[in-house]
Amino acid sequence: MNSIAGTKSSLSWVVNISVVMLVVIWLIPTVGLLISSFRDRDQISATGWWLSPFPVEQNHKFKAPKDGVIVDGDMRVLSGNVFAEGAGVVARFGGKRAAPVEFAAGHTAKLTKGRTLTVYADGRYDYRSPVEIKRDPSIYFSAASPPEFSLANYRTILASDNMDLAFINTLTVTIPATIIPILIAAFAAYALAWMDFKGRGFLIALVVGLLVVPLQLALVPLLTLHNKVGIGQSFLGIWMAHTGFGLPLAIYLLRNYMVGLPRDIIESAKVDGATDFQVFTKIVLPLSFPALASFAIFQFLWTWNDLLVAKVFLPSNSQSWVMTVKIADDLLGSKGGDWGILAAAAFVSIAVPLIVFFTMQRYLVRGLLAGSVK
Amino acid sequence: MSPMIQGMLTILIGVGGCVGYFYASNLILDKVIFPVGSKNSGRNINRANMVRPWLFLLPALCAMSLYLLYPVVGSFYRSLFNRSGELFIGFGNYRVMFADDGFQTALVNNFLWVLVVPAGATFLGLLVAQLTDRLVWGNIAKSLIFMPMAISFVGASLIWKFVYANNPDIGLINAIRDSFGAAPLDPLQLPFWNNFFLMFILVWIQTGFAMVILSAALRGIPEETVEAAIIDGANPFQVFFRIKVPQIKGTIVVVWTTITILVLKVFDIVYTMTGGNFGTDILPSYMMSYMFRDDGRATAVAFVIMVIVLPVMIWNIRQARAEAER
Repeated sequence: MNSIAGTKSSLSWVVNISVVMLVVIWLIPTVGLLISSFRDRDQISATGWWLSPFPVEQNHKFKAPKDGVIVDGDMRVLSGNVFAEGAGVVARFGGKRAAPVEFAAGHTAKLTKGRTLTVYADGRYDYRSPVEIKRDPSIYFSAASPPEFSLANYRTILASDNMDLAFINTLTVTIPATIIPILIAAFAAYALAWMDFKGRGFLIALVVGLLVVPLQLALVPLLTLHNKVGIGQSFLGIWMAHTGFGLPLAIYLLRNYMVGLPRDIIESAKVDGATDFQVFTKIVLPLSFPALASFAIFQFLWTWNDLLVAKVFLPSNSQSWVMTVKIADDLLGSKGGDWGILAAAAFVSIAVPLIVFFTMQRYLVRGLLAGSVK
Repeated sequence: MSPMIQGMLTILIGVGGCVGYFYASNLILDKVIFPVGSKNSGRNINRANMVRPWLFLLPALCAMSLYLLYPVVGSFYRSLFNRSGELFIGFGNYRVMFADDGFQTALVNNFLWVLVVPAGATFLGLLVAQLTDRLVWGNIAKSLIFMPMAISFVGASLIWKFVYANNPDIGLINAIRDSFGAAPLDPLQLPFWNNFFLMFILVWIQTGFAMVILSAALRGIPEETVEAAIIDGANPFQVFFRIKVPQIKGTIVVVWTTITILVLKVFDIVYTMTGGNFGTDILPSYMMSYMFRDDGRATAVAFVIMVIVLPVMIWNIRQARAEAER
């Protein structure tokens, strides 16, 4: 509109800035969690992720080994360096747990019973006691440690927390639950789009109605049914459930697309003696590829991200947990405060849908449009 | 047998079974039941063509009847029985439920969700769609705002739990509060307002959906109407509100109702964020708290959700019929 009504550069600036702001607000939460998934656990609780490129001031505790004691006059002296590798800068230190950063580096602190402690910025310490040192004295100090990024959280979550098993379970649920409904729906959609028969209008209305039936209704009756016929809570059960729940959308999307295919092609094929079965497999199915792809992406994202159906139709033992159940029911409880682990787990579960999303966005958008703007 | 191998087998059996069914049933229809080539050729072809649609539809109809139609009846029937399912108690479950404080809270909250989330997501989606319409980097911006659509509700909840965290060194909200010198608070335990913090997560997810559809609708507006308005001296806001919005009203309604339906199904966010505590329960999460414990109550809640969805369903069907007649 700007090009028509003359350039309004100030408005254009406002638009640009507003969009930048919106995008930033939309991205920040995800970016924050992504960065945190690479950070060290102690650093996460010490500073916010937005400060992650900077050194982190962390409190440490050092046990000065009492074996190195030297007798200096009537004092017993322990000295050494609090940094094992000799790198780092001590900012403050203290002699007791209750006040770990009481004194500035270089200061000589008077502790109880006539003992003194000095810690220098470079990490050297000097501990003097008038009496015999019975236990390793604790030195508390704060030092800035450089930012640490690593894959340690991912290694932990995959190796020791069974997230790899959950990943495989998710994949196991998703793939059949995506492929099977497509085929069933494609045949039905063809019948609803290109075959004339009594009750077609009613069936189309039925599909549209079923599109919005809340899943919640299905949970109890179908689980009871599954238990009765011996499927119980199992992968077979969840595949069937996802197939059933996905069909209305599949049929609706595919039918909308197939109806739009050129009538001439289909009719001339029929005139040439092709049966409906041949028309479907040789002409309609290949032409409907974009719609099939859209639905496949929807169904894939939906089954991959599903929590409700997995909680109800899969066994509740940890061997069959999919990733969403694993995160919601296990990790959030047992690792509640361990954000590095939680973040890594979240990104393990998000990674595949994000890849699918960014590579297949075109089909996803097309599917959304076919499904709604009709 | 490992689930993975079981999965492969299922794909093979499922796909093979489907193809086999469709192929064989068509073959039998054409060659055995109504063979072409005998003296009744013409009649047989017509008859076969009357049966064939139902062959194509049969698997889908069976699956949908079993997994979507039967539950409507089955759930209602089950909700008339007590917890163990042995004793018929009529509307007892509903009576007890409507008197329950937890249910009332969930119902009120659910109405709030239905009011706020579709409105918020549609409004923001429309805003982004309009702002990015003529932007050089509009497609990148849209793609990024669309991204949360790919993230699971559980993943999104985790992402936002992090933002809402109590500790100002972890949660962004409290970090901002901290920089103004305010004491940290837990947004998820703030009575009443915590509901809105949860709703925002769903708005965050759904804005992309609204944006994609509304953006396409905006593109579909005839250029002449906009041009005419500009020539008549309309400013950009007038063009947007008086010319563009009225022309895409139908699409806005579709987006609105689609998100409304979604809101009535999503239990994941509340379940993951608060577990329904601190007065944030909604019907789907309230139902899940009874699932596996009291099937009578759980189905009663599910049926209430169905009743709430019903007007939208009827409206959708009407739209579809009007569409088909055109």
